[in-house]
Amino acid sequence: MATIAAGRYAREREESDVFLTENRITGANLIVAFVALAIGGLFGVFQALEYNQINLYTSIKPVLPGQYYQGLSLHGVLNVLVFTTYFIIGWLTFVGTRAFDRPLASRNLGWATFGVMTVGLVLAAIPLLMNNATVLFTFYPPMKADAIYYIGLTLVVVGSWLLEVNLVLTYRQWKAANPGARTPLPAFMALVTMTMWTLCTVGIAAEMLVLIIPWSLGLVGGTDPVLARTLFWFTGHPIVYFWLLPAYISWYTMVPRQGGGKLFSDPMARVSFILFLILSIPIGMHHQYTDPGVSQIWKLVHAVFTVGVFFPSLLTFFNVVASLENAGRARGGKGFLVWIFSLPWGNPAFATQVLAMILFAFGGAGGLINASYNLNLVVHNTSWISGHFHLTVGTAVTLSFMGITYWLVPLLAKRELFSRWMALAQAWTWFVGMAIFSHFMHYLGLLGMPRRTQIGAAPYLNAEWRMWLPFVAVGAVIMFVSAILYYANMVLTITAGKRMAEEPEVEWAQAVSGPNDGPAWLDRFTPWLVIAVVLIVINYAPTLVQLISTTTLNIPGVRSW
Amino acid sequence: MGNNKFMHYAFELAWILPSVAVPVAILVAITLTAFAVGIRVPDVAGRVDPKALSRTPPFDQPGVKELAPGRYEVAMIAQVFAFTPGEIRVKAGSEVTFEMTSRDVIHGVKISNSPVNVMVVPGQISRVTAKFDKPGEYLILCHEYCGSGHHVMAGRLIVE
Repeated sequence: MATIAAGRYAREREESDVFLTENRITGANLIVAFVALAIGGLFGVFQALEYNQINLYTSIKPVLPGQYYQGLSLHGVLNVLVFTTYFIIGWLTFVGTRAFDRPLASRNLGWATFGVMTVGLVLAAIPLLMNNATVLFTFYPPMKADAIYYIGLTLVVVGSWLLEVNLVLTYRQWKAANPGARTPLPAFMALVTMTMWTLCTVGIAAEMLVLIIPWSLGLVGGTDPVLARTLFWFTGHPIVYFWLLPAYISWYTMVPRQGGGKLFSDPMARVSFILFLILSIPIGMHHQYTDPGVSQIWKLVHAVFTVGVFFPSLLTFFNVVASLENAGRARGGKGFLVWIFSLPWGNPAFATQVLAMILFAFGGAGGLINASYNLNLVVHNTSWISGHFHLTVGTAVTLSFMGITYWLVPLLAKRELFSRWMALAQAWTWFVGMAIFSHFMHYLGLLGMPRRTQIGAAPYLNAEWRMWLPFVAVGAVIMFVSAILYYANMVLTITAGKRMAEEPEVEWAQAVSGPNDGPAWLDRFTPWLVIAVVLIVINYAPTLVQLISTTTLNIPGVRSW
Repeated sequence: MGNNKFMHYAFELAWILPSVAVPVAILVAITLTAFAVGIRVPDVAGRVDPKALSRTPPFDQPGVKELAPGRYEVAMIAQVFAFTPGEIRVKAGSEVTFEMTSRDVIHGVKISNSPVNVMVVPGQISRVTAKFDKPGEYLILCHEYCGSGHHVMAGRLIVE
């Protein structure tokens, strides 16, 4: 067996296509991701125009019978569930195998991951497109969609778990071949991300399999909305770290090199990822501060842990900025801050991701306000929240992913990026458009404007909101221009980019303080996983026991759209 | 080089200390405002059968009740796409306790210029208390997507 595998491996190496299958898996995932983002993003522009009473929905009524709220459902599902998950599965397949410098333990399982997710996506898309699942991406019961919507979304999650299995198997093989060596940082981070994801999706899996799917199939008569919300947010907050950590992998292990420098500290990067594994999950109830049926004391405990997860975020901020400073100084930069101008702002992959980081700093600060228990009463369910997560998932994550594709797509397609200038213009227009959009969404939230609402048709739309709403549309239109630049550049790269003779090397960053500067326990998984599980049990068991022991499961489903 | 390494540790420490101090300060502020000043988030207030609202006090008689001078209780039912009562009148300076629930799907209630911001869920009672000092008209709006008419779901609270 071993010799056959080694023989095949060697033959492939001769063809310099060791990672041919992995490249294809990554490419397939990226294509689905960016097609989803294109459709989902378009509805974002529709929404911003509708806020200003420019209703484009009527013109597409035959294909969008559910109008504003069906468009809003597509915007949420395609952008934050489909785009993110597909990109991340493709990206971590790439990062994991390249960092271990060995193929996936099972390539069939790699394709099965994509296959199961895509069967799920197609199933979920049918009711979504037919206006039978206009329940937004949070699908709070007792609003009731077609059962295949829930079954489809569940399969997307189940498919993503297969990558965790595959990465763990690949890690074992690598470990057997490299006894005593420290796990390469990017692979360590990919494993932490997928492990955290697998652990946190237990919540949504329970919500789907125990509560929603049997109920949507008519097997049980009623449901329990607060129990469902609690299970949803068990997954729903850590999902934002599932989106962010893959961007952090790039910020930590690649951007310093793209900037011409080194990562400041490898051990500190491991510490922050371990803390994300431990602290991402037992904090989900900060999305339920205003829920009835959940104790204010447990809400406060979750607030404490949420503020705690701010700590590894600050570690990341320090480490990444120190790495950028290292790069700026390596390129001859001087002064306290003037080194910033010595960074390679003409490199699209680098500039795009640094711009994403800058807006993320504001997103992080706003997130701290949302997390602040009673202070959240000012902003909960207002457009402040939409403004917030367009800085985080809409920029830190999405713009970073776009930046990654400026080198990853050329590598996968073996073609040079079509236009560096289009890419730079894309990054800056996204940055400016999002800054405007998000600023005014935050501000309108403070003025009391609700989120997830067809504002242009609301009888309570007032003069004060009207004064600032045009800026929301201006920001969205600038981002629309940015998206056109992005997609044109990508299509032209794949079809007309200059062919490269050889696949370029993946440019990993060296570290100023390397993996061996840290203790060996930073390279372990099991102890941290045990701590994570213990914290989850402490922070969730009392509330879940209270909800389950008092539930009557008697709330019938409603189709109110 | 050794000096360089020392500087690294110094920088790390200079960053880590405030990174711990800032979250701790925030938590102290939150806890004080919640439990000393009394700006609370909603708590467990019991369950109710949405099919039996007409038989379950206080939802059998939705409306405004003056318990004592300057103290009101409002029993409110949310359903697609209206609040009952849709208009609430109280005297300036009163303390108003809202008891709310939903007859169908999840709704939300936000009253402008007040700390009232709560989810209204079928099967659950949402209880919040707020003081209204300034006379005027306050907008009550549904802030959770509840269906095709979500954006028309609103009411008003008039402080006289």
